[in-house]
Amino acid sequence: MALLSVEGLRTHFATGAGTVRAVDGVSFAIERGEVLGLVGESGCGKSVTSLSIMRLVPPPGQIVAGRIRLEGEDLLDKDAEAMRRVRGARIAMVFQEPMTSLNPVFTVGDQITAAVLAHEGGRRRAAWDRAVEMLDQVQVPSPGERARDYPHQLSGGLRQRAMIALALAPGPQLLIADEPTTALDVTIQAQILDLLRRLQAERGMAVLLITHDLGVVAELCHRVAIIYAGRIVEMAPVARIFEEPLHPYTRGLLRCLPHPSRFGQPLSSIEGAPPDLRGADAGCPFAPRCPLAIESCRRHEPALAERRPGHFVACPVAVV
Amino acid sequence: MSVAATMLPVVARPRRRLSFRAAFGLGVLLLIGGSAVFAPQLAPWDPARQMLTKRLRPPMWQARGLREHPLGTDHLGRDILSRILHGGRISLGVGLTAVTLSALIGVTLGLLAGFFGGRADALIMRIVDVFLAIPYILLAMGVVFALGPSLLNVILVMGATRWVQFARIVRADVLSIREREFVAGARARGNRPLRLLLRHVLPNALTPIIVVATLELAFMIIYESALSFLGLGVQPPTPTWGWMLADGRNYVATAWWLATFPGLAIMLTVLAVNLLGDWLRDTLDPRLKV
Repeated sequence: MALLSVEGLRTHFATGAGTVRAVDGVSFAIERGEVLGLVGESGCGKSVTSLSIMRLVPPPGQIVAGRIRLEGEDLLDKDAEAMRRVRGARIAMVFQEPMTSLNPVFTVGDQITAAVLAHEGGRRRAAWDRAVEMLDQVQVPSPGERARDYPHQLSGGLRQRAMIALALAPGPQLLIADEPTTALDVTIQAQILDLLRRLQAERGMAVLLITHDLGVVAELCHRVAIIYAGRIVEMAPVARIFEEPLHPYTRGLLRCLPHPSRFGQPLSSIEGAPPDLRGADAGCPFAPRCPLAIESCRRHEPALAERRPGHFVACPVAVV
Repeated sequence: MSVAATMLPVVARPRRRLSFRAAFGLGVLLLIGGSAVFAPQLAPWDPARQMLTKRLRPPMWQARGLREHPLGTDHLGRDILSRILHGGRISLGVGLTAVTLSALIGVTLGLLAGFFGGRADALIMRIVDVFLAIPYILLAMGVVFALGPSLLNVILVMGATRWVQFARIVRADVLSIREREFVAGARARGNRPLRLLLRHVLPNALTPIIVVATLELAFMIIYESALSFLGLGVQPPTPTWGWMLADGRNYVATAWWLATFPGLAIMLTVLAVNLLGDWLRDTLDPRLKV
């Protein structure tokens, strides 16, 4: 049984200007110890998917359909109290913005200590020692001293390490990392990615990595799901995505990356803009921008189909 | 992080010790508070004792002044110094308890309104609007008329009419704090709503609460005097600063000391509280200390 399986998830936002279908039929599964990358451009539903898994979609957003199973238990059937016990303890989250993700009025050590106490109980003294140990595990130098610092006294990289320590303190089975390195500069990004990979391997923890950065995906992920307009359009092992992408959108994304063989040529881009998520329900959402689109693309929405072993594509015209 | 360590001294370190202003505020407040607490021991006279042969005597350094009445006597021959010392007990006590009460009500309702939003917010803020629409003195008059004037009733009425000040400020602050990422993070770590409120939202809203509390303490002292002036506050002969001020205003042209000394006492107290409040606000903000 997969650790987490999401089936047919639909999360819609009922706004005054119409229903925004932020997530519209997303299905995927994560095995124990697996790193799945969820890749897409801004506003395609990556973060709403992760918030849906935590059942923390802000109003007016609402999960209108689907199943989210953690070790077979449906999270959507749980009452508020049972769901609260899942958060943090079994599924933890790391956010994008390390500058504002820690409470400014408590020291870093205090905050991790509180998380340890909430999860394991015991004495404060012991929990504090655990917090320092956690900071040491995420490679914060002189953790005993840094634990006494307030968040504003730490650099962005250290804060993100502290955030990771905070998330991992209760020993979650699944870590959802929502753009964990986007706000950091490149050298720190590499360090944080190394750290995540090491912690993931040591703990055998599953990771759902949400990003728009294909470089980050290549570093860390085992499998990748490409999401477009609230739908998964392609899902495959990471090597296949880079070596033999099938969906025209994935191909377009990869062509946008600089490559030594195209040195000197201008970078390409995908023509057009993502569709209005309030709009038409018929047809493939990518059809208006797709160079391969045929008449039927505009009428029938293609289903995700396994075109190669482990390689799923939602495109009937994709060249196999 | 040796780089960060070597860079630290470049940043000016805000002083953690008391500034001169804060020390002044604290000193004055301790003096006033101490003299209020020990008023029975310090006061040379019974504050209610009338000595009609020594009516309206000026302070002792003036021509008709008497050595045994350093700040003079009022129109009933009562010793002003003794009345100020005793009045401080009432004024400060009433002010502090009323501010505490109104902060408790206002902060609680403000937190609930701002954090939960929706119907709770609409309901609480409409109640706030009602309180703001009716002049608070009028409201207080009505309530005290109904319940009868007593020390406890005065405190209750003052707390129950001024809580809106706290509620509005706290709500506004909470509206922005609850959107910050560390609150979302705490929620994603499975914290209960009550814990989110008390540990993550409230401590970050403390600064304006302290500022409002110091301003309100000053206001409450004046408020009490206004109620006393209308005959709805603490009843004579119990001395309060506000009542002395109101009472002395009839004699301002001929006997300035009646209103001046209680007025000075109020002013010094308010000034001291504000100076201390500023310091407290700066000290409680971790971003301002290294």
